[in-house]
Amino acid sequence: MSAPVLDVRGLVTVFHTDAGPVRAVDGVSFAVGKGETLGIVGESGSGKSVTAQSLMRLLDPPARIEGGEVLFEGRDVLTMSRRQLTAWRGAGAAMVFQDSLTGLNPVIRILRQVTEHVVAHGRMDRRAARRHGIDLLRRMGVASPERAAASYPHQFSGGMRQRVMIGIGMANDPKLLIADEPTTALDVTIQAQILDLLGNLNEKFGTAIVLISHDLGVIGTICQRIVVMYAGEVVEEGPTAAVLEDPRHPYAWALANAVPRLDSPVAERLPGIEGAPPDPLAMPAGCRFMPRCPWRLSRCGAERPPLVEVAPGRLARCWVTADGRRLPPRTEPLHAKPPQPSTREPLLVARDLVKHFPLPKKTFFGTREVVHAVNGVSLHVMPGERLGIVGESGCGKSTLARLVTRLHRPDAGDIRFDGQDIATLNGEALRRLRPRLQMVFQDPYASLNPRMRVGDILAEPLLVHGRAASPAEAAGRIASLLELVGLNPAWAARFPHEFSGGQRQRISIARALALEPSLIVADEPVSALDVNVQAQVLNLMLDLRERMGLAYLFIAHDLAVVRAFCDRVAVMYLGRIVEEAPARELFAHPAHPYTVSLLSAVPEPGRQRIVLGGEPPSTLRLPQGCAFRARCPVAQRVCAEPPPLTEIAPGHRVLCHAPGSLKGAA
Amino acid sequence: MPASRLRRRLRRYGLAWAGGAIVAGWILVAIFAPWIAPFPPEAQDIANRLAAPSAQHWLGTDILGRDVLSRLIYGSRVSLLAGFSVVLIGAAFGTAVGIIAAWLRGWGEEALMRFTDLVLCFPPIILALALAAALGIGTTNTIIAMLVVWWPKFARLARSLAIVQRSQEYVEAATVVGLPQRRILTRHVLPNTFGPIAVLCTLDLGIAILTFAGLSFLGLGVVPPTPEWGSMIAEGRELVEQWWVATFPGIAILSVVVGFNFLGDGLRDWLDPKAASR
Amino acid sequence: MLRYVAIRLVSAVVMALLASGVIFLISNFVPGDPVLAQLGDILASDPAVVAQWRAKWGLDLPLWDRYWIFLNGLLHGDLGISIATRRPVLEDIVQYAPATIELATVSFLLALVIGIPLGVAAAVWRDSAVDAVARAVSLLGVSAPTFWLAFIVLAIFYGWLGWAPGPGRLDPIAFPPEGGTGFFLWDTAMAGDWETFQDAAAHLVLPAIVLAAATLGLITRTTRAAMLECLHQDYVRVARAKGMKERVVVLHHALRNALVPVVTLGGLAYANLLTGAVMTETIFAWPGLGRYTFRSAAALDFPAIMGITLVVSATYLLVNLLVDLSYAMLDPRVRR
Repeated sequence: MSAPVLDVRGLVTVFHTDAGPVRAVDGVSFAVGKGETLGIVGESGSGKSVTAQSLMRLLDPPARIEGGEVLFEGRDVLTMSRRQLTAWRGAGAAMVFQDSLTGLNPVIRILRQVTEHVVAHGRMDRRAARRHGIDLLRRMGVASPERAAASYPHQFSGGMRQRVMIGIGMANDPKLLIADEPTTALDVTIQAQILDLLGNLNEKFGTAIVLISHDLGVIGTICQRIVVMYAGEVVEEGPTAAVLEDPRHPYAWALANAVPRLDSPVAERLPGIEGAPPDPLAMPAGCRFMPRCPWRLSRCGAERPPLVEVAPGRLARCWVTADGRRLPPRTEPLHAKPPQPSTREPLLVARDLVKHFPLPKKTFFGTREVVHAVNGVSLHVMPGERLGIVGESGCGKSTLARLVTRLHRPDAGDIRFDGQDIATLNGEALRRLRPRLQMVFQDPYASLNPRMRVGDILAEPLLVHGRAASPAEAAGRIASLLELVGLNPAWAARFPHEFSGGQRQRISIARALALEPSLIVADEPVSALDVNVQAQVLNLMLDLRERMGLAYLFIAHDLAVVRAFCDRVAVMYLGRIVEEAPARELFAHPAHPYTVSLLSAVPEPGRQRIVLGGEPPSTLRLPQGCAFRARCPVAQRVCAEPPPLTEIAPGHRVLCHAPGSLKGAA
Repeated sequence: MPASRLRRRLRRYGLAWAGGAIVAGWILVAIFAPWIAPFPPEAQDIANRLAAPSAQHWLGTDILGRDVLSRLIYGSRVSLLAGFSVVLIGAAFGTAVGIIAAWLRGWGEEALMRFTDLVLCFPPIILALALAAALGIGTTNTIIAMLVVWWPKFARLARSLAIVQRSQEYVEAATVVGLPQRRILTRHVLPNTFGPIAVLCTLDLGIAILTFAGLSFLGLGVVPPTPEWGSMIAEGRELVEQWWVATFPGIAILSVVVGFNFLGDGLRDWLDPKAASR
Repeated sequence: MLRYVAIRLVSAVVMALLASGVIFLISNFVPGDPVLAQLGDILASDPAVVAQWRAKWGLDLPLWDRYWIFLNGLLHGDLGISIATRRPVLEDIVQYAPATIELATVSFLLALVIGIPLGVAAAVWRDSAVDAVARAVSLLGVSAPTFWLAFIVLAIFYGWLGWAPGPGRLDPIAFPPEGGTGFFLWDTAMAGDWETFQDAAAHLVLPAIVLAAATLGLITRTTRAAMLECLHQDYVRVARAKGMKERVVVLHHALRNALVPVVTLGGLAYANLLTGAVMTETIFAWPGLGRYTFRSAAALDFPAIMGITLVVSATYLLVNLLVDLSYAMLDPRVRR
């Protein structure tokens, strides 16, 4: 390897908080060679983002860099003067941030944002910079770059804004590009486009890339090497494939195995590691992962393991593997029991549901615009069945969840729950029915009233529906509920903010279970959680289904999660279900071109991808004919006609003129 | 580093405590005025009129020989009473209007908010002046006049807070578990709008006291010879040589307003620690 | 855009009419009686005089007729006759308005020119001496009673030090400038009468400072808060990561965003200055709308009050419209 572009040695960044100093980055070292791509992975709070910002010295007080060196082509960034730093930033190294909505200045035109540092660094004059900027936007794949250059950020979609952000980073042809979660806010198909772009930049221009992500799949797709961080430390480093297949640190092992993957067998349970990261104010003296480690030795609690070479080119910070041993392979999990074919009546049947939301008028006389959220969805859920609904943001899946639970009232169509028509039910009648039809929400921070104790949150439904005669009686039920979801019954007296995201989601589930429902609608219940916690919560939901015979309507954007959890899956696009099949069948033989591309867009190392061009059309105007036509790689003339719903295999229905015409590349 | 932690805490909440102390101090003064004041507030001593501050009259005497300190102490009663009544009644009414509007939606919301806008588009001072003049001089009438212009801002705030609330997932969750609408409104929505409204109330108390004093200064607030800070300043405004007559009531008003400001800012930081760390 | 402005203008007119209608209603349902206020106790005790007086001012007509007369007059630019001054209300307003506009504009500019830089500096050098000054200024500005502040500055700079002239727009012995726009600074400058210009300017200093105090406090506070918010935004971080100089980051990237709330507040503050100068004008014997309002209110001169309300609400709504338009210029997101 030639001399590294970036060589980080013993970096220490401390946050001086009110509660005491937190060593968010604690002695991190790694190097990136010319033209190399390095991934840094870890869960939230692991210090990966702080590391990224420390590299550019972008942190504000109370954060301070208190040790180490950041050598860029041999010069220490940490000792640069303010002037030198300004000259280096944006020219030698550049950074791309996660949130392109807040990362672009809302009141400045795109062109200026893309080129101002080209001019400021003295690379070009304004006129040349203008041509350069437009050219840059074109290279980044921004549609009609001349027009885009004169626009403002809010006029773009998330994917386009992220392209602009990358363009800003690349404007001065930096040697190093640091990308901090660049695709986290994006849908899978758009994520695939952005990852492709980053990969191309690295290949064509030899730009070294440091990619920071919580998602191993993302890192695996474009990075040659991986650094795994935990609690402020590097716990493992090595070539991507080696780390993914044969992790040598138990945390890396958990990361690699806790994520449901499309190519692994469908399991009943996901292997996850229980527990949570240590309190940053009171780090354990020994190994920081020790309290959660299933293989811990006596030595681990007392001595802090060093980062040592465990195999050629591979480093790990673990006493268990320090002598070159491997961690046991993931135990091959049980295969899922196939869903029992049921002859019973379906629990929930929805037919031709429609929901449109009128937007507020922009001007008094203006025409009212309408969001076409759900445009004729039919589905059914059998008792005890898990139906998954997948789709990208804006496809109407959350609205569908709120229609089925009657938080919204459908504009048209009917919903039968257990034989009763609930589409137009109101007031008291609807309230009496609610206990049987519960919901778990996406955001564990917003779905619990911050001003109520957990005990009161759980007692409220019991008391209102007369399931408990008195608060004392409710208390007993609450204790067993908390126990059921794996929480300490004594915690009923606590407030929601005293819990972590995963624990809050358990509370949410406990609330849904309190009334002993037959169907739980879960709207992205794990998407806001770290992978490990995600596995724990999914396992809990699986257990509960076994024990209580619950049916789930499970809504998610993550295909792998749906595959791991559901019996049957429906794919939504622009307010319609475009394909529906038993899970196994759908993932093995996807037939709708959208499903095929969606599956192939999931970032997993070694997968061939069909990268869909363009973006989902606006929900303000419904396209004629097939909604997917504009992006479909195999669209034909006939697609201008509304597509028929065809059953191509038992229970496998596709809304397409030519199902199966697009073949997956995997 | 406990020392620096203490410093940080002091910096964050020190002013709030100081504000609380000022406000509490004035409330005590108002309650115990008869015991604290050295002279009856309306006792005239013409022979000793416009006397400079001295050991006997700490803050001097006014044009009728009344003790400025005693009038100042009694004056706190009217000011605080006026401030609290205007803000508390205005906030209660405004909040009710705002939350009901947000919950009604549709044309009910539209009607209530257009009405609020109509009141808001009045220049407040002119409306209060016209009302106070029309109703006649007097504390109660002035308070009523102020109330008319005071509630709309609470209605707007409460409505925007309630609109945020009604799309919160925990309100949806409360609906899904089948709680009655009224319970959702009182147990879930209302308590969560309370914080910002309390902050606005605290900050507003200072402004209300200031406004009331201003109307009194113009001769509308209280009927003489009732001691009131604004009218005391009005009585002393020509007396440049006898600066104490007008200066001290002004300082009293300033201190109360500053006190409520500190308290309100502290309350906001405490309720929203994220904003405080900025 | 044009259509939007037109719609807003129409709704402003409607709102202003509604507002004066409300005042009209108030004037008819409140206990205060302009007859008593005008005639005094002795004359008011004679029913014949009262009746004659009522007939003269049209107070004996039914409510709707009177409102109709008011509206009808309005169409011909007639706001009625003031009971107190016996002159057309419109004439009064036209006479008093320039003094107020001149004072309010000077105060407003003062508050902007000091407040915005102070707020920016306070946010950039947070917890420094500048910040302490800015916080003190904003706190005292919003907390000090205007009428008391007016007394203090008059006592110190006029009474004690003698640096500034006393109340009024000009020296009592000076002649008001020719030219007749009523804006003394403008009139004297146009006429080249620098002596009177100086006199007018000197008389403007103290009231302008007093009137600016509260606005200055608000603008400093808002600018500081908005800048602190903006300086923590991702786009500021991005600008730094691009290697832009700190000056550009602060003045170009952060300030442009921070100005959006400042403009809103500034517009409202200006509208308040135009209408809320009652106390300052009273103390400084400033012959403006504020003092006229106060006198009319004290005399229960409802024709005058209605006229003022109409004019002032219209100004209020107009300023609001201007704020919204400048908003659209600053923030492309609200452009249509």
